Amino acid sequence: MKTLLKSAVLASAVCATLAPAVASAQAKEQFVPVLVYRTGTYSPNGVPWANGFVDYLKLVNERDGGINGVKITYEECETGYATDRGVECYERLKAKGPTGATGFNPLSTGITFALTEKVAADKIPLFTTGYGRSESADGSVFKWNFPLMGTYWTAADILVQHVAKKGSLKGKKIALVYHDSPFGKEPIPVLEEHAKKHGFELLKLPVTHPGVEQKATWLQVRQQRPDYVFLWGWGVMNSAAIREAINVSYPRLQMYGVWWSAAEPDTLPAEMAAKGYNGLAMQHSNENSAGVHKDMIKFLHDKGKGTGDKKEVGNVLYNRGMLSAMLLVESVRQGQTKFGKKPLTGEQVRWGAENLNIDAARIKALGLDGIMQPLKTSCLDHEGARKARIHTWDGTTWSYTSDWYEGDNKFLRPMVEAQAKKYAAEKKIEQRDCKKES
Amino acid sequence: MFYRENGQFKTSYAEDQALLSIRQDRWFIWLVLVVAFVVVPLFASEYLFKAILIPFLILALAAIGLNLLVGYCGQISLGTGAFMMVGAYSAYNLAVRVPDLNILLVFVLAGLITTVAGMLFGIPSLRIKGLYLAVATLAAQFFMDWLFSRVKWFTNDSPSGSVTAPAITFFGATWDSPTEKYLLVLAIAVLFALIAKNLVRSNIGRSWMATRDMDVAAEIIGIRPVYAKLSAFAVSSFFVGIAGALWAFVHLGSWEPLAFDINRSFSMIFMVIIGGLGSILGSFLGAAFIVVLPLLLNQVPHWLGIPISTATASHLEFMIFGALIIFFLIVEPHGLARLWAIAKEKLRIWPFPH
Repeated sequence: MKTLLKSAVLASAVCATLAPAVASAQAKEQFVPVLVYRTGTYSPNGVPWANGFVDYLKLVNERDGGINGVKITYEECETGYATDRGVECYERLKAKGPTGATGFNPLSTGITFALTEKVAADKIPLFTTGYGRSESADGSVFKWNFPLMGTYWTAADILVQHVAKKGSLKGKKIALVYHDSPFGKEPIPVLEEHAKKHGFELLKLPVTHPGVEQKATWLQVRQQRPDYVFLWGWGVMNSAAIREAINVSYPRLQMYGVWWSAAEPDTLPAEMAAKGYNGLAMQHSNENSAGVHKDMIKFLHDKGKGTGDKKEVGNVLYNRGMLSAMLLVESVRQGQTKFGKKPLTGEQVRWGAENLNIDAARIKALGLDGIMQPLKTSCLDHEGARKARIHTWDGTTWSYTSDWYEGDNKFLRPMVEAQAKKYAAEKKIEQRDCKKES
Repeated sequence: MFYRENGQFKTSYAEDQALLSIRQDRWFIWLVLVVAFVVVPLFASEYLFKAILIPFLILALAAIGLNLLVGYCGQISLGTGAFMMVGAYSAYNLAVRVPDLNILLVFVLAGLITTVAGMLFGIPSLRIKGLYLAVATLAAQFFMDWLFSRVKWFTNDSPSGSVTAPAITFFGATWDSPTEKYLLVLAIAVLFALIAKNLVRSNIGRSWMATRDMDVAAEIIGIRPVYAKLSAFAVSSFFVGIAGALWAFVHLGSWEPLAFDINRSFSMIFMVIIGGLGSILGSFLGAAFIVVLPLLLNQVPHWLGIPISTATASHLEFMIFGALIIFFLIVEPHGLARLWAIAKEKLRIWPFPH
């Protein structure tokens, strides 16, 4: 299963540690650190994401010979979803490769918080595709953070839009069952604002990490009978929540998961019983026959070079990992248009990430048509796109059950800016003037 | 042969009361200090500082604090994580709300606030002991977890409940390079190790040990248990609080209550037990064992160039680490510090053991 590439990476990494000056000075390589969790209670969700991420990096090397001729090297580091181990992994990998780390994808909101100041000091971009801190969408304060494709505030806004469409929310009750961590608490401010605006009551029901034990929480759901339950969970917490919902016979049709609570590992344990459970689809769902998937099969899995199981290609979280890697690679590609076709430093990649423009033609060229919508970032907007759909579990697979929604930026942007300003004041960061930069 | 005290005579009371009575020990400690303060900052890499040395020193400081309570006074505490949390959040609130306060003063005040919290949760120790006390201190863990994740005032109304420490600035300079942070933490750790070492040789330390060995007998010879136990809780919490503030400000930078959860309390207890109960050196050895060893184990396959998957490396790390804990506890139940003492004994008569 070990590929030539991987052993080459290992060998070069070993050489790099033994004799840094000799091995890496001339290499035309772009080093990508891969923070993953393949063990522990979050691994059911962490593994497919990691496999998608690594597969995409491999695919770029195998199919295109790297990014414009610059080979991608990578190294995985196990964080176990723990903040302190994540920080250790960051320190371990940040200076590897000829130009240092390209950018970090920590796949944990807690690690994102811990790394936010560190990346600014080390000048490495921090990509948090669909997670991270919501106020970091404001690039004028958060120069190094890129919560691409949507933040939790966008997600919360879209969920409310969707349920509001089904009938007025006045006097209704919405329960938020959330992972009691920065990740789970992120949507609360937006939901509270919406509760005021629409006149619904918001019940906040925290679930302690790792979320295996939720009896008490769902007892409350049973007593309060909310009209909708929003699930903000991750790892085993999701499947446990769905199981508890079945136990207290809360209708799955009225349950909506965020995009991290709506993938195969969450619903498969309950199979048919989870039928009707809804979730946000962060642009993509479980598409498995787009151009990029065919390439994955052709260039990697048919040759025995795939990272995980062949059947996993196209799963929801596999696709998300793949898209996260794609956005990183595209940032490098964009950076190369300005700085030349060579290995880029973190600072140069940051420029690329801030000037991403993935339009319909580019999406088609990447083999991602139908999976993602156009995305355009700028100094002010590090999020790039705010679109999502709802998909629903039918007992065996996920399928779309709504049209596209777009996060209401008129509503969200003032909140983002206010929170970003507060952060800037607390940390004494000087806000960039985006008018001058563009 | 090399480690013999022959010919070293004590000619004054000061010499008789010296912290380290054998010359070789003094040299060794000076050597360690010179290496730590001079050689390491010259040669260590950023990774070594940030990922290994700084966390090791901070947790060693917390382990010393816990060792004073568990190892010297015999009061089991499962609330170390909670007290570290109190230290971290007190320091955060002081630094954010009183921005002009000197950061060193912030750490000391955070330590004092933790002292008060520690004494409050130490009151049950006057009536209950052993495992029952452990359960009572466990309450501190859950209470603090609840307090800092539910009461928004403590996190300055941060929407996600995660707070970010301000930069460490004092004497007109910002201490933000890894070397500076390391030296700061090292100086604090050495200072507190010295304080602890002297405390346990003093009147108060002896009253703790008497209470630990047999509280009824201690009371009969005139030691007030209230005073002995609560002072142990107070001093221990002060150390732990400062360690918590350092962990948050110097190591993590941003944190949420999860960073100080029950697992932190457990790992602190393991450090003290594996390092050696009732030993300051043991606190350092235990911290090294718990902090550094897993990281080394995780990277060994990589260094050797063995291509195994991340998951396998991680599982191996857990298995070997677990096996080593059991191995050391079987070989020497009194901890690594005792192994060190045995080694010194052997060295004394080496190479002619008879």
